[in-house]
This record gives sequence, C-alpha cells and structure tokens, in this order.
Amino acid sequence: MLLSYHRLKELYKTANRLREDVIEMLTEAGSGHSAGPLGMAEVFAAMYFFILNHRPKEPSWPQRDRLILSNGHICPILYATLARAGYFPLKELKTLRKLGSRLQGHPHRKSLSGVETTSGPLGSGLSQAIGVALAARLDGARYHTYVIMSDGEHQEGNVWEAVMFAGKNRLSNLTAIIDRNNIQIDGYTEDVMPLEPLRDKYQAFGWNVIDVNGHDIEEFVAAVLEAKAVYEKPTVIIAHTIPGKGVSFMEQKYQWHGIPPTKEQAKEALRQLRRLGGKIKSEHD
Amino acid sequence: MLNLEIYPNHKIFDKDPGQEALRDGYGKGLLEAGKERNVVVLTADLEESTRCQWFKKVYPERFIECGVAEQNMAAIAAGLGISGKIPFINSYATFSPGRNWEQIRTTIAYNDANVKIAGHHAGISTGPDGATHQAIEDIALMRSIPNMKVVVPCDAEEARKATLASVFIWGPVYLRLAREKTPLLTTPETPFVFGKSYPLWISKGKTLDVAIIGAGPLLYNALLAAKELENQKIKSVVINLHTIKPLDKKAIVDWAKKAKAVVTVEEHNVLGGVGSAVAEVLAQEYPVPMEFVGIKDVFGQSGKIYELWKKYHLDVKDIILATKKVLKRKL
Repeated sequence: MLLSYHRLKELYKTANRLREDVIEMLTEAGSGHSAGPLGMAEVFAAMYFFILNHRPKEPSWPQRDRLILSNGHICPILYATLARAGYFPLKELKTLRKLGSRLQGHPHRKSLSGVETTSGPLGSGLSQAIGVALAARLDGARYHTYVIMSDGEHQEGNVWEAVMFAGKNRLSNLTAIIDRNNIQIDGYTEDVMPLEPLRDKYQAFGWNVIDVNGHDIEEFVAAVLEAKAVYEKPTVIIAHTIPGKGVSFMEQKYQWHGIPPTKEQAKEALRQLRRLGGKIKSEHD
Repeated sequence: MLNLEIYPNHKIFDKDPGQEALRDGYGKGLLEAGKERNVVVLTADLEESTRCQWFKKVYPERFIECGVAEQNMAAIAAGLGISGKIPFINSYATFSPGRNWEQIRTTIAYNDANVKIAGHHAGISTGPDGATHQAIEDIALMRSIPNMKVVVPCDAEEARKATLASVFIWGPVYLRLAREKTPLLTTPETPFVFGKSYPLWISKGKTLDVAIIGAGPLLYNALLAAKELENQKIKSVVINLHTIKPLDKKAIVDWAKKAKAVVTVEEHNVLGGVGSAVAEVLAQEYPVPMEFVGIKDVFGQSGKIYELWKKYHLDVKDIILATKKVLKRKL
C-alpha cells in the first residue's frame, strides 16, 4: 500500500482542517457556496497533499501536474487547500470575495497563481483540461491533467461535446473527477434533470469509469492510480460524496448549495468539525 | 487620389482590379504562421471553407478537428492557450463567436488565453446561405469584451498580414473574415501595423470636406465613392480602420478635425460596430456630424454579394448619399 496508516490519518486530518477553513471563509465573506466545498474536502486533500506532482513555491513550474477546477463555485475548498499547501499565506483566506482580493468569488487564473484556469460558468472546464492535455501531448510533456467537475454541470451541452472529444482522441493523460453529490441549486439532480445512468453514458463515449466513495481517501487514491495506469482511454472517477459533509445540518440538503452559514450556524458547524462528528468529546459536552 | 505612400493596388479603379477572398488570404497567412511551432489550428467541421486545410496539409500534427462543437473548440483552445500554444479557432462568425460567446468571454478573454478567433463568412456578403449564416453582430460581440482585440481586414492581402501579425500580438484577437472574392485594395508592400489606420485615398488640395472611415471589403465601395465625389468637387479621405480595437483614436480625431464631417462604412449592424466605435471617440473628443453606412438593424437574406450590398444600402451610391447628407449638416 502506497499510503501508510500514518499518512492516511494525516490526510483525513487535513481534510477536516480544510472544512474548518471553508466554514470560516464563507462566514467571513457572507456569501458563497457551502455544500460542495465541504463534500470535496477528502478529494482536495488527497490531490494536493498526496497525488499531484507540484511545487507550491513555484506555481508555474512547467512540469507540474495540472488540476483544473471546472465548477468554480466550490473554490473555497480550492483556496483553503492552496493556502494549506503553501501557495499563499493562510491569513489571506479571510479576504475571499472582498474588494481587491486575489480570492475572487469564482477563481480567476490571473488573480492568483496556483489557480490553473478561470471558471465559474459551468460546463467548460473539461474542454479546457482537454486543451491542456493536448498541449502536453504536442510537447511530449509528462505531466498529468486532472479536472474536477460537478455532477449538475453535466446538464450543459458543452460537457458532452468535450466528453465526445476526449473519448475520440483517447486522452489518457487526462483524468476527470466528478463530484457526484446529487444536488444543485434548484434541488436534487435527478429531479431537476436526471443524469443517470452517468456511468453508462461515459462508457458509451469511450471512457474508463471508476466509481468511488469520495470520502474514502484510500479508495480514491487507488482510483487515481488506476486512471494513470490506463493508457488506451481517458478515465473518469465518479466520486460519490455527501454535500455538506461533516456538518450535520448541511449534509444532503440541496438548500445549502449556494449559501453560507450565519455566524451562529458557523459556530455550531465548527464545533461539530472539531469533534469530528462526535468522535471527540469536548469538555463542554 | 490614391495614397501612393501605402503602395495601394494600382488597378483598383480598373474594370478588373484583381479579386481574392479574405479567407484565402487568411489561409495563406495561417500557413506562413505555421513556421512558429506553437501555432495550433482548430476547426469545427469546416476545414475546407475556412481554408484551414492548407495548414493541415503541412502541419497535420498541429491541426485539431473538433467536430460541430464550437463551444468545445473555444474552451479547448483556451486550455491550449494557457499552456503555451497559439491556437487559431475557425468557424463561421455566426457560430464562433456567435454560439460560443460565453466560452470566449470567460475561458479566453478573462483567462487571458493566447487564442486567435477567426470569424469566417462574416457580413451579409456570405450571400446565398441567407441570414442564418450572415454575421452582422460579431464586431459588437467581440469589441465589448475586455482584453479582446478586433481586426477587420479590407482584402485578402491584409487578411494574410493580419493573420501573421496576430501570432506576435499577445492575447486574444478576433479576425473578421469574409467568404466571397472581393477586390484587392492593397499590395504585399502595403504596411500593416496593428492598431494603426491609414488613408487609402486623399483628395488633392489643402482642405477636406469629409472623412470616410471604414473597415472590411466595403472600403472598395468607399474608394469608388471618393472618386465620384471628387468629380463632383467634394474632397474626401478614405481611412482604412482595420483595427477596431484598440482603436486608432488619434487618427480618427485628427481626420475629423480636418474634414469636420465623417461617414462610416461597414458590413455590420450600425449598432455596436465600426461606426459606433468611431462615434464613441468623436462624441468625447471632437464631435462632428456623422452618417453611418451599414446594416440598419435588420437581418439579411439570400442573394449574391453585389445584390445584397445594393439591397442593404452599402453600395457606392449609398456612400455618396450619406456624404451629401452629412455635408448638409455641417456647421
């Protein structure tokens, strides 16, 4: 096993710390998205603290692996991760969504180094990642390109144009990761506009598909390693996650897609996160 | 008379001045641009009519077929552009930048991806295909995006030069091209400086009655109009405003000061196009009476290029009429 028990424990701890950062940032900002960032904490921790070949102090290092965030609205988790990985000072997290901040409400490549591309309008991240992967192929570069997408954005036609293209061109240096949390702003994805059978759809377009529990870092890492080993087609990892994970009153509720917690709710959320969902008893209980 | 300093096509006023389509000039320029090894060409199922196939033949490994998917093409180009490549995306202007405007705005312009957008078959001169394929809004769409540069070449030769020049201009550039063969106004010796306009025609004498400022193949009509106006003792200058953004403000103001009246000429909706760009400058810096020769906010229809120019009032006589109208309004 590549991940030692100790390393794995550290990654979970990091994921939880990222969740705390997200709650603190959103509360300070007074607007933004809660459910998605919380649900993706394990994936981001695993990517930036184990999988990616990158140099936080040299963000434009040409050989770095690229991680494209397509659903830009979950950027609080990206920012928290970048800061914890050493791309910029932690105290800057508090500037999210404020005038003059490098941490724009949706990520902007030119504002903050470490952000690989600009996103927010849904459905074009996979296409951009394809462009990055094609450039690597043209240059004979060895870096791997990852793209994180939401499930809801698969309602955009642009996504399927891109899925078709990557399948045709057998872009094996590209791995897509879908946050399958089943929610979007207006409700549950299967009510708003059903996406299933998502796995079959990708397979039909010539992709290798792996379903994982997005909160199980061991399982997720194994999937990424498999994706990199598959040479004949691109791989999509469908990471099944719980939106709002770690905060009981947010979990599984689509209403938390696009709003931040109030100060009171944030207090409760942080209390839950610091007790690791009841696993740790504090003296106040 | 023709401005000989810019080495114009001496046969402009001949019965056959020599004709070539802008897209052919573009195709040649693209082929030359291929010598820069980072240039990559993408098309959405239109390699032949966008003349990309010439590039493809020589550099097949740098040619990317996207299928009929303009949104995907734009965003793929953005990914290439932020990874050190210089992608040119190719489709008809009604689809790119028409259909994929948001991808161009966010992933190319806001992202500062080094992508060149070739909008083919622009204007109503696309002809028989009809209004669905006649882009009359693309200049407005592109020039309203921050960080986007806009070039409207007047002939095939200028299209070739503009294509080559765009390789060496960092950032997003929109090149507006046309389908049909149109008269050559310039020669290989004519200088093309990005962002800098020049007169194609200046009437003899110290005074000027009107400045005709335009872009694209319709400048041919403007030249014919200028010649006829001279016969009628009306002195004009015809400015080739090939770069709509960044705009050559100084030249526009200088010519307005000299002529005290301006007529703009474009094969685009008069709302938001070349005339609007000129008016925005003059309204702030040096207001003079203006007339707009362009498409008056209506959709086109099927027809031949010269029939359509006539039908939509883009003809020589329409420029002459506009000039007379503006002269009456002169203070």
